[in-house]
Amino acid sequence: MNPELQGRVFPPTEPYLVGREKVREFARAVFATNAINLDPEAARAAGYDDVVAPPTFAVVVQEHTLAQLLAEPDAGIDFARVVHGDQRFTSTRPIVAGDLLTATLTVSSVKTLGPHSMVTAESSITDAAGTHVVTAISTLVVRGDE
Amino acid sequence: MAAAPAFDGLAVGDIVAEHSFALTRDSLVRYAGASGDFNAIHYRDDVAREVGLPGVLAHGMLTMGFAVQPVVDWVGDPGRVADYQVRFTRPVVVDPQLGAVVSVIAKVGQLDADTRVARIDLTVKVGDETVLGKAQARVSLD
Repeated sequence: MNPELQGRVFPPTEPYLVGREKVREFARAVFATNAINLDPEAARAAGYDDVVAPPTFAVVVQEHTLAQLLAEPDAGIDFARVVHGDQRFTSTRPIVAGDLLTATLTVSSVKTLGPHSMVTAESSITDAAGTHVVTAISTLVVRGDE
Repeated sequence: MAAAPAFDGLAVGDIVAEHSFALTRDSLVRYAGASGDFNAIHYRDDVAREVGLPGVLAHGMLTMGFAVQPVVDWVGDPGRVADYQVRFTRPVVVDPQLGAVVSVIAKVGQLDADTRVARIDLTVKVGDETVLGKAQARVSLD
């Protein structure tokens, strides 16, 4: 893949409106049982405006930035060869239903290990006010020919 | 609602939560729909075989997603998980009939008295094999 990707910043994604039923659907899919994820009343009692998304929900928004990366004409990334190496979410605050989120991708590092490449993609997710909510960091391993 | 566990009552090495998750192919289809990750290796045996996999795999992000749930239940509020990271060390093969059972043990790994943040280390296994490495959740406590 192209080492010149390192440091590249992509345009912000289209705003993503976090729906209550989407949060509940995602919560059930990751076996969440906490009422704050599922019940708006319980979430309000805990001080939130609406149901709170599980800690990994940001992946849904991050996905749009990874699509940008894979579609970049000069990136040279073959999706069929991509393996997810590691993942991190660093939050300023949890995602709550009703949030309007925008993600901005920065390719923070590109490394070559023999025939393989490793790319670290950082997606900074902000709310409608432009305030940081969470940064999603993925390391993708692109397998080369052995 | 239950109050969050007290920071001062914790010691490094304490086991704070344990849970086993029984995954089936249905779990994978449900996660595909909820997350939007429709990579066919997570529901089609023929596609998984074609690309040289031992079988249909759970989404790494599904395993990451449920592995933190015992911590969420312990701490009482998903909003207290300020940071969460994992390394995907081994794929979870989900048999069409038998599924797969993933066990999670959550232990206190580090305590930062200044910020009152506890690092909870997760041991995530299928049988004797670790499937997530360096799985750590940082939770803010009172």
